Amino acid sequence: MTTVASPPQLPPTGAPARPAATRGPEPKPAETGVWVAIGTISMSFAALTSAMVVRQSDASDWRHFQLPPILYFNTLILLISSLTLESARRRMRTTAAPGALLESPGRRLAGVYLTLTLGLLFVVGQIAAWRELAAQGLFLATSPSSAFFYVFTSLHALHVLGGLGGLLYVLHHLRRATGSVPTTALGAATLYWHFMAVLWVYLLTLLTIRV
Amino acid sequence: MNPPAVPAAAHHHAPPQGFLRRHVFSLDHKVIGKQYLDLALVAVCIGMGLSWLMRLHLAWPNLPIPGLEKLSPNGAANGVITPEYYLSLMTMHATIMVFFVLTSAPFAGFGNYFLPIQVGAEDMAFPRFNMMSFWTTCVAFLVIVSSFFVSDGPALSGWTAYAPLSAVGKDAGPGQGLGQTLWALSIAIFCVGQLFGSLNFVATTLDLRTKGMTLARMPFSTWAWFITSVIGLIAFSVLLAACILLLLDRVAGTSFFIPAGLVISDRLQPHSGGSPLLWQHLFWFFGHPEVYIAILPGFGIVSHILPVFARKPLLGPRVMIGCMAVIGLLSYTIWGHHMFLSGMNPFSALLFSVPTLIITIPSTIATLLWIGTVYGAKLRLQTPALFCLGFISVFVSGGLSGFFLAQPSIDTYLHATYFVVAHFHFVMAVAAMFGIFAGTYFWFPKMFGSMMNETLGKWHFWLTFIGVYCVFFPMHYLGLAGNVRRYSAFTDDYLKPLIPLHRFITVAALFTGAAQLIFLYNLIRSRFRGPTAPDNPWEATTLEWSTTSPPPFDNFGGHPPVVSHGPNEYGVQGATGDYVMQAAPGAPRTH
Repeated sequence: MTTVASPPQLPPTGAPARPAATRGPEPKPAETGVWVAIGTISMSFAALTSAMVVRQSDASDWRHFQLPPILYFNTLILLISSLTLESARRRMRTTAAPGALLESPGRRLAGVYLTLTLGLLFVVGQIAAWRELAAQGLFLATSPSSAFFYVFTSLHALHVLGGLGGLLYVLHHLRRATGSVPTTALGAATLYWHFMAVLWVYLLTLLTIRV
Repeated sequence: MNPPAVPAAAHHHAPPQGFLRRHVFSLDHKVIGKQYLDLALVAVCIGMGLSWLMRLHLAWPNLPIPGLEKLSPNGAANGVITPEYYLSLMTMHATIMVFFVLTSAPFAGFGNYFLPIQVGAEDMAFPRFNMMSFWTTCVAFLVIVSSFFVSDGPALSGWTAYAPLSAVGKDAGPGQGLGQTLWALSIAIFCVGQLFGSLNFVATTLDLRTKGMTLARMPFSTWAWFITSVIGLIAFSVLLAACILLLLDRVAGTSFFIPAGLVISDRLQPHSGGSPLLWQHLFWFFGHPEVYIAILPGFGIVSHILPVFARKPLLGPRVMIGCMAVIGLLSYTIWGHHMFLSGMNPFSALLFSVPTLIITIPSTIATLLWIGTVYGAKLRLQTPALFCLGFISVFVSGGLSGFFLAQPSIDTYLHATYFVVAHFHFVMAVAAMFGIFAGTYFWFPKMFGSMMNETLGKWHFWLTFIGVYCVFFPMHYLGLAGNVRRYSAFTDDYLKPLIPLHRFITVAALFTGAAQLIFLYNLIRSRFRGPTAPDNPWEATTLEWSTTSPPPFDNFGGHPPVVSHGPNEYGVQGATGDYVMQAAPGAPRTH
């Protein structure tokens, strides 16, 4: 077997060496990861949506019911939480800019705390909606319509809880940061959180139309 | 050296100190890659053992297999396999092989180890997710294996788990109780693990490439893993959703897949209006892309390795990447060809048949590019090259039967026969295994710092190559003769004359399986006693060969490489040797 001690070199061509290719703007893996996650989660919910459409067609056991009104309040909470996080992200980006005045960690992170609270409130609100439905005698196995309702809302709530976990992780890092703080992770978390709001609006619309 | 373009985010963690952090819960992509390969090795031993049991039973249905009654007192009383237990063995063989071998080894195993190095990164974009990916997969494996030890045995509804059989519970017979629930749970967990892994692959490829590593300069194997991970993200997310619905049908009394009025074992099932066909659509929307999740890494590995031993650039490098991308795209349009017998509208069958035939075009182009690369080359016939040639051979053999099966009118006759068993084993299973073997022999020196034994490698190749043809080629004939698959014994008059051929296949399967002991021996012996491997034993160009064997913790010893050349610079006249490494300084060559 032939082995080499060092990488062989290109023969001299006489042409001046060109600079190695570059890749444009600074990459942000966290943001890329969230975009990929958004695509993946969308695909799961698309599969469930198609399952719902197929299951409902020609189904004699499909039972229509009124969605619990608290869902609309929950929607408002989630949308507001999206705004509070976006505002926190912008504030953080401004204060992270070179030469910007540094705020105290408490003020800087107030929007993130508020978002966490609102996110938790949303999940509690969803649980209240399930209890309301159960009080009407609508459980997971009662009808395919209620089954899809519970599947959609619980899977979304799980993803929201995942988002809350992510926010806590980002918060932990931001609290420890001194001086100018890296905002990439917060940007990624915000992107995910906005997606949770968009996904919920989609699901609410779907459920309103279908069940 | 110019500063690397790798962002600070790549510096995730310091070298670990403790044993657990270094070898068990490691964040290092190289350790995780090896863990995946180890898992696949354990899984393939179990999977192959199951196939031996099946083959023995098919050839000699009344043969008692010593010790089997201990594993399953009900399924194999006195060591003789019951028809139901045969189906359980078949289900577990396929599930373990497809998910825990053909997905775990070529994609998650080699991909984890080499993708970051090949793009010049220190690690994956999200090492913690990466670790979670492996351990989630490991839990999934433990769950599926645990189903061997539940009272009514493992699932028997096939790796496709068709509803309503998979959804109704223990009324459907042994294996359909807790065993089937564990199956669905295991696959759902597996999906989560693969989603974590695929997410990492995509983010790492897009964002952590070193300076100069443009997309056009990425090695073919990296391209294959990247495309596979995109396919995986879509496919596994759909299967995860389907498994959740299946689990709910089984444990929560919902009726997603179970129709109304279903009577099983004289009991009316308490379900209403579900659609069994819905499961088939959801499953095969995952299932067909899964075929490409198994085989595309093989495409990448062969495209990566073949030029090294041909000492020629791969023919049509961009066409090859295009072919892999088109295959990935088309893989989502052809799932219905698995369902021609489901009673679908003939026009729907035509809609799935046409893209199925179209997908053969990029597959054929890729094959011709490999053959064209080898044509006229002074091929170094070392073991990795042999397995690459073997890959092409079995892929062509399996692919040719695909032309027949893509047509609904022919598939209607052949679908439930051994013709299909021959087809998918050649084109997906054996081809992917040859890709895994090629990758193992090729990358072993880099991973462990020692060379594998060439003589043993060549023996392993020839015995395996001849063996798999003896096992699977006669199955085409069995299928054409009307030998149905999934039967545990052939008692009908028209099947009895086929039994001698089944016995031949069984002997060949035992022989081929035994030949793998050579590989195992070579693997273990070379790990501890193999001659020390140089950094670049094969005279290859890509970045993994620019670093030490094995690579240091951060892959490049704190000096991320700067890439100036493509991966395909072989047969370069005037260069030292006949190739130019990607990290070699100098002006990029123009073709």
